[in-house]
Amino acid sequence: MLILECPYCGVKAEETELAAGGEAHLKRFGPGSSDDEFHDYLFMRENPKGVHFERWRHANGCGKWFHAARCTMTLEVFGTYTAQTSVPTQEIQDKIAAKRPGWTWREFADGKK
Amino acid sequence: MSTRLANQGRLIDRSKQIDFTFNGKSMKGYAGDTLASALLANGQVMMGRSFKYHRPRGVVASGSEEPNALMQLGVGDRYEPNQRATTTELFSGLTAQSQNHWPSLEFDVLSVNNKLSRFLTAGFYYKMFIHPRPLWKHVYEPIIRKSAGLGAAPDKELKDADTYEHFYFFADVLVIGGGVAGLQAAKAAAATGAKVLVLEQNSHWGGRAPVDGGTIDGEAPDAWIEKTLEELRGMDNVTLRDRCMGSGVYDHGYALGYERLTDHVPGQGGPRHRLWRIRATRIVTATGAIERPLSFAGNDVPGVMLAASMRDYVVNWGINPGQKVVVATNNDDAYRTALVLHDAGVEVVRVVDTRETGGGALMEAVREKGIRVELGRAIAKVKDGKCVTEVSICAQNGEGGARETVQADAVAMSGGWSPVVHLWSHCGGKLIWDEKNANFRPDASRPPLGHDGTGFVVPAGAANGEFGLGALLEDAAAAGSKAAEEAGFPAKTVAAAKGESEAEVQMEAVWLMPAKADIKLRMKSWLDYQNDVKVSDVQLAAREGYESVEHTKRYTTLGMATDQGKLSNINGLAILADSLNSEIPQVGTTTFRPPYHPISLGAIAGEARAEIFQPVRKTPIADWMDRNGADWEPVGQWRRPFAITRPGEDRHAAVNREVKNTRENLGLLDASTLGKLVVKGPDAGKFLDMMYTNMMSTLKIGKCRYGLMCTENGFLMDDGVVARIDEDTWLCHTTTGGAERIHGWMEEWLQTEWWDWKVYVANVTEQYAQVAVVGPNARKVLEKLNAAAGGGMDVSKEALPFMEWRDGKIGGFDARAYRISFSGELSYEIAVAASEGQAFWDALYEAGKEFGVMPYGTETLHILRAEKGFIMIGDETDGTVIPQDLGLHWALSKKKEDYLGKRAQARSHMVDPERWQLVGLETVDGSVLPDGAYAVGEGVNANGQRNMIGRVTSTYFSATLNKGIAMGLVKHGPKRMGEVIEFPGTDGKTYKAKIVDPVFYDKEGEKQNV
Repeated sequence: MLILECPYCGVKAEETELAAGGEAHLKRFGPGSSDDEFHDYLFMRENPKGVHFERWRHANGCGKWFHAARCTMTLEVFGTYTAQTSVPTQEIQDKIAAKRPGWTWREFADGKK
Repeated sequence: MSTRLANQGRLIDRSKQIDFTFNGKSMKGYAGDTLASALLANGQVMMGRSFKYHRPRGVVASGSEEPNALMQLGVGDRYEPNQRATTTELFSGLTAQSQNHWPSLEFDVLSVNNKLSRFLTAGFYYKMFIHPRPLWKHVYEPIIRKSAGLGAAPDKELKDADTYEHFYFFADVLVIGGGVAGLQAAKAAAATGAKVLVLEQNSHWGGRAPVDGGTIDGEAPDAWIEKTLEELRGMDNVTLRDRCMGSGVYDHGYALGYERLTDHVPGQGGPRHRLWRIRATRIVTATGAIERPLSFAGNDVPGVMLAASMRDYVVNWGINPGQKVVVATNNDDAYRTALVLHDAGVEVVRVVDTRETGGGALMEAVREKGIRVELGRAIAKVKDGKCVTEVSICAQNGEGGARETVQADAVAMSGGWSPVVHLWSHCGGKLIWDEKNANFRPDASRPPLGHDGTGFVVPAGAANGEFGLGALLEDAAAAGSKAAEEAGFPAKTVAAAKGESEAEVQMEAVWLMPAKADIKLRMKSWLDYQNDVKVSDVQLAAREGYESVEHTKRYTTLGMATDQGKLSNINGLAILADSLNSEIPQVGTTTFRPPYHPISLGAIAGEARAEIFQPVRKTPIADWMDRNGADWEPVGQWRRPFAITRPGEDRHAAVNREVKNTRENLGLLDASTLGKLVVKGPDAGKFLDMMYTNMMSTLKIGKCRYGLMCTENGFLMDDGVVARIDEDTWLCHTTTGGAERIHGWMEEWLQTEWWDWKVYVANVTEQYAQVAVVGPNARKVLEKLNAAAGGGMDVSKEALPFMEWRDGKIGGFDARAYRISFSGELSYEIAVAASEGQAFWDALYEAGKEFGVMPYGTETLHILRAEKGFIMIGDETDGTVIPQDLGLHWALSKKKEDYLGKRAQARSHMVDPERWQLVGLETVDGSVLPDGAYAVGEGVNANGQRNMIGRVTSTYFSATLNKGIAMGLVKHGPKRMGEVIEFPGTDGKTYKAKIVDPVFYDKEGEKQNV
């Protein structure tokens, strides 16, 4: 049972208050995209053993969606931040890089194709 | 045979006698007894039969690790199987029955399995019963189910008579275990000011220390425990709970406690069990250690016990375990049992120590008492039977030959101690192998990690592999201080209490006794008592290629019983390691999973049962429905009337009456449950164009449009009528079950994808009561109401045409009327404030009497829409259906560049002409097609099953048409009008149905547009 701090209302919310929303920072592909692009957007997800970015909704709370950066292996939470960004905030990126030397944003997606 | 000693028994109160029954026999015990100790006091050494071989079994341990003494407790709605006699406190009137035997404990027919044990080895089910296939289901499985297993399941008609609750707690430091280590750790943590919670599973504090002896701060352990408890109870920042087991440690400092409030005082009232849901910044696991059995032949015969447990029975409960006892050990600790027995007047006929060099001071003390100690020796075999009668002794370093036989009626065994690492491990704490003590202990450098990446569990005392009172207390004090400091409290060093106990010399790892025991002995040497797994089974698994400890566990069922291998795991994996020529740390352990010890399902459910299992949502008109014959059905969290029955009428007759009356006169439907979402803002139109497949931005103010919503996969997810309220406001109706989901869906896109769009969404479902006024007389009743009120909204065809809405007064009520129809009849859906819902309904019902008004329920709603060929989300759709499958092309905008689902609907499989499509179905004989039935076509598939070409999605008896009508999805359906296809039913009949147009009634739509 994770605890994540909702960046909107500041509540340190238990997992039972939250709804998981899968991988964060997906790029939407709509009409005009290729079959491959659309297929990847719909179905292909990261499954890292380590740093990961997720969408969560404070469903039984303020109702806001937010993003969380955490380690899927140790469950360490590097931080939560607004859902209204397409890349993790610099502060979050710096924090992760400090804790996981050598880590860079999107490097974890390299093995995808 | 066991008896009660004249003295001893620190936990029992001999002035309070307690009556109880075991297998119908009346017995007596004392207050403070466990069921196990009371049974032993009554000479009842044999307490059950084993799972597979039905061997006689007695109690082996004295605590929650007990694998054998499982009982069926209580009767009727308080009956529970598989309860441990060792953790059941005795109370007056307790009724216990032993398990797994027929016709009686003493004489059991299936003990013949014991004679067949040669054939019942690991994996024998898989090997023996695979062929011929049909025999498994009809012959083997019923027999195996009858012979294997534990207690009988409770009567399914009875509901648990007790209540349960959840309790939430936040602590800076949670200490699990109230032995001397736990108390010492709590004291150290509490001294810093941290909020400390201490959980102890037993009803008494102090753990093993009072039994094991030694001194703490120069006093007997009992005195120190009392003093420390007094001190902790006096502190505002400390909470102590006994009878409360730390059951599991989970992510981010979450832990569960399982408190047994009234198991020992049934009938006292109040909840029986309480589940503590705890968040702790740091958790100290002071969970002690568990003694391991020794693996010798007949180590499961009743009367063979763990040495320390036998000591518990003597010291705590005044039990004489037998007249002549043999003690077998590989370490010094078991000598304490020999001393305790001797002091209690029990004859210790031998101490058999596997070590050639023997033990230290404790051994000398035993020898001084004149007890015969034999070094380098082992038990070859305990003679089979219902209790111990004969023990044969041999050299440890041999195959079991040259035996000496002694008469004895009890055996105490000790194979060393394993720290209880379960709670440390639940959330990922790692272990290291301790060569010295031959056990796994917590690896302090690899603790379970919390949200900030630091370890949040600190092991203490014996649970950390520290044995000996001095070292144990120092470790615990340090653990308590560390936990509090890490929880953010200023460091404060508390001097550990000074513990002194007899020095012990090196133990010897012994995994098989004797070391080279032959196969006959190994086949009688038990590892897992509860699941009947022997040394020979694990060795067989290794020979058959099982190398992973996790696979071996599942193949042999080692450690898979309700005790989760507390006694058997280390012994089992040592045997596996030996068989694989590997080292124990390389083989590793299986995964430790919560709960540490079984907890009741009642405690997990807590208060959430019966009417408060989940909230029931009721409309403002629900009470009226209840009074007037509503036959309820659940729809999402709502309750809606399936039909409104009259006295003496069944629900189907009611439905037929409602259908006909609505078509011919006037029906009223409580439609308040329909989802109502207000979507507002400068970008609301653009947003709704993305959410719906059709165009909503162009809808004119005052008009309504039916819309479809799809997922990004293209599949239909919801539908409903959208009304344009003003320039930047739309009201979207959703399905009853979809309101919250669709509200969430809209929020998701607004917050995470189009966050710069200026749109607000509000769920106003419960703000309105909505009544569908349906039937040829619908307009008349509204006009009558308005006339009575001296005027109101013009509801004529001209002023309020089909698919438009108006605000105004109806019968004096502020109302919004939508001319929409889900029935094909002249229909108004009228929304009023929820607070006026019942009054409005009453007014309609009263005024409608002269027009033949009748309320109708959800089934009539379904039939009316099916007669019209209108689809229902959840019937015609199931998450794999796209609008094109349902002939809804007209609702898909061709003009819009994009909407959710549009790209997906262009994928190759979505445009495949082979997709099943919506048609109407009419049985040849007018009967009703079975719901969900599949249509079969020519040929068979790869599995030899007939190819399927379609299925029924909705099927009803239509009172209007006096025949069965249905809708279904059929391959090439719309091109096969008039064809008859076959639907095999589960009742063995084959139904024939003709493919027809899905609109059965009023194809031109004249009736709704009047």
